[in-house]
Amino acid sequence: MGYQINKTKMNTLFTDLLENYTIYAPKRFVGGGTFADTDCIRYGEISTLEEIEFSEKSDYSFKEVLLPISETLFYFTEAVIKESDPPPKEAIVFLRSCDLHSLNRLDTIYLKNGPVDPYYKRLRDHTHFILMGCENTFENCFCVSMGTNLSTNYDAYIKVTAEDVLIDSHWNLLDQALANSQPFTVVPDSVSINKISVEIPESIPQSVFDSTLWDDYTTRCIACGRCNFVCPTCTCFTMQDLFYSDNGKAGERRRVWASCQVDGYTDVAGGHAFRENKGQRMRFKVMHKISDYKKRFDTQMCTGCGRCDDICPEYISFSNCINKVNALVKEENR
Amino acid sequence: MTTTNPYTPFLSEIKEVIKHTDIEYTFRMTFSGDAKPGQFFEVSLPKFGEAPISISGIAEDTVDLTIRRVGKVTDEIFENYVGDSLFLRGPYGNGFSIDNYIDKEIILIAGGTGLSPVKGIADYFSAHPKETKGFTLVAGFKSPNDVLFKADFEKWKKNLNVILTVDTPIDGYCGKSGMVTEYISSIPVKNIDDAIGIVVGPPMMMKCTIDELLKKGFKEANIWISQERKMCCGIGKCGHCKIDDTYICLDGPVFNYTKGKFLKD
Ligand SMILES: Cc1cc2nc3c(=O)[nH]c(=O)nc-3n(C[C@H](O)[C@H](O)[C@H](O)COP(=O)(O)OP(=O)(O)OC[C@H]3O[C@@H](n4cnc5c(N)ncnc54)[C@H](O)[C@@H]3O)c2cc1C
Ligand code: SF4
Ligand code: SF4
Ligand code: FES
Repeated sequence: MGYQINKTKMNTLFTDLLENYTIYAPKRFVGGGTFADTDCIRYGEISTLEEIEFSEKSDYSFKEVLLPISETLFYFTEAVIKESDPPPKEAIVFLRSCDLHSLNRLDTIYLKNGPVDPYYKRLRDHTHFILMGCENTFENCFCVSMGTNLSTNYDAYIKVTAEDVLIDSHWNLLDQALANSQPFTVVPDSVSINKISVEIPESIPQSVFDSTLWDDYTTRCIACGRCNFVCPTCTCFTMQDLFYSDNGKAGERRRVWASCQVDGYTDVAGGHAFRENKGQRMRFKVMHKISDYKKRFDTQMCTGCGRCDDICPEYISFSNCINKVNALVKEENR
Repeated sequence: MTTTNPYTPFLSEIKEVIKHTDIEYTFRMTFSGDAKPGQFFEVSLPKFGEAPISISGIAEDTVDLTIRRVGKVTDEIFENYVGDSLFLRGPYGNGFSIDNYIDKEIILIAGGTGLSPVKGIADYFSAHPKETKGFTLVAGFKSPNDVLFKADFEKWKKNLNVILTVDTPIDGYCGKSGMVTEYISSIPVKNIDDAIGIVVGPPMMMKCTIDELLKKGFKEANIWISQERKMCCGIGKCGHCKIDDTYICLDGPVFNYTKGKFLKD
């Protein structure tokens, strides 16, 4: 159902929802950006409409709601291992279309590749997704090429206009709360053109792996891992145990975000590491996003959000790299 | 939690400790589920961490884990094991299927700790010598002081053709020396089209050994390898073990060479 309500009513609805839900949305953190004099837009808890940053793309994605940067799996005391508790409240997350598509990539790894991950599932099963529209493309986005510019599987779509709030609800709870409101036809804003487009080759021959194309990244990439941390479809983590300094007998086991671009990702016993060269790490990441994942799961992994390009301190462009790979494959096939 | 938690380790008692070298011990652990050679457990000491360790021996209600002391978790295991227990979860991975090797000629080539994941295969054919048409084990270690499973070698020698070699001999050592690859060409094989090669060890050793087997006439489809990669979860989530579209922890670590040769880091 579609509705048109005023902002006060929306904020009252938020207040009601906050009893049982934590609401996460992109927020502006002034001066917190990667580059000088820039703000950082990242996810945080909100309680009013005004706190949500609708006008710009978030630097970080929604994924930290389902995959916290550091997540405690177990607490240890001397004799017992105790599973961590799930959060007390359910969650509501505001996100854009590309990110809603990214959710499917997270689900694939955490619910389908091997056994179900119970820590992911307990958050996922209790999270509701609210679509934010895109009136225009942002910088570096290529969602149209990736087919992620449109979404229908949201719990609700919310758009804020100068005077009102427009809602398209697929969620009973909202329909009930808005039963007395003005019905209204609401169609989510979406883009149909981006400034950037990519073409992904159908199949990538072995020769691309050995191409000198990757050498450029060996010198440019500083292995900071930001491209992975901002990516809504990157899912890697490392296990970490620790003991509390004030009580050595107790501690916990956590998982923390990991990056395939950062040193140590592949280290094995005897000091051997695979892909020590940063160009080869770039090759590994790009191939995963546009080829390996698709071979295994039948959908592209990358959803074209462009955040990796936005954040890279060395101005390395992922979309540009995809197009370079495509040109190389075309040349080889000629 | 409603779903069973695959990350929850269980307590396993250390029944026996066999010391091979100063830094390599076999821990015989209570375990009564199914297990195959080449599979692995995530072994942990809460507050120190987890480490993937291959199954190096299988009995009715125990599994052997041969651990090399190299860092945080393994140091702690060596220092605090006395009369104690360890936490395990697993077994993970596909492991070697003995069925693929029955009634064939087999050459098993292992380098260093690479012997652990294939030791169960040697144990099996040593106990069932009639189920193979000829079994040669070629095991290489850095020096005589690094040789693992000495007691097992004595046992295997009775029923299997065993070539034990070290890279660098020391004074007083009178066994074979040189790389494992030097011995492959001289091993007699009656039916090369059907002979099985199994290779596990450090990346360089595996590459050279496979080249040698192929040169000898082994079919790619008859060569089996086990890949070691960094692993944090063992269940297809953490991503560290991924190569191409393959998750070593789920699809491996054992691969037929026809697939294994395409795995590019
Ligand atoms: C499938 C598999 C089977 C293995 N089987 C055995 C075995 O039978 N016996 C044995 O002694 N070792 C085995 N290993 C290696 C063993 O897991 C590592 O030596 C162990 O994790 C090191 O842990 P640590 O905390 O003691 O060392 P750390 O302090 O973490 O590091 C010491 C060294 O170990 C490496 N390392 C750390 N974590 C891992 C990891 N998850 N996987 C691989 N290397 C790592 C580091 O790069 C470093 O070189 C196996 C590894 C894999 C992936
Ligand atoms: S590509 Fe850029 S963001 Fe990614 S690791 Fe390299 S320097 Fe960092
Ligand atoms: S690879 Fe880059 S563009 Fe693709 S989903 Fe990840 S951050 Fe977005
Ligand atoms: S070990 Fe974590 S995905 Fe394979």
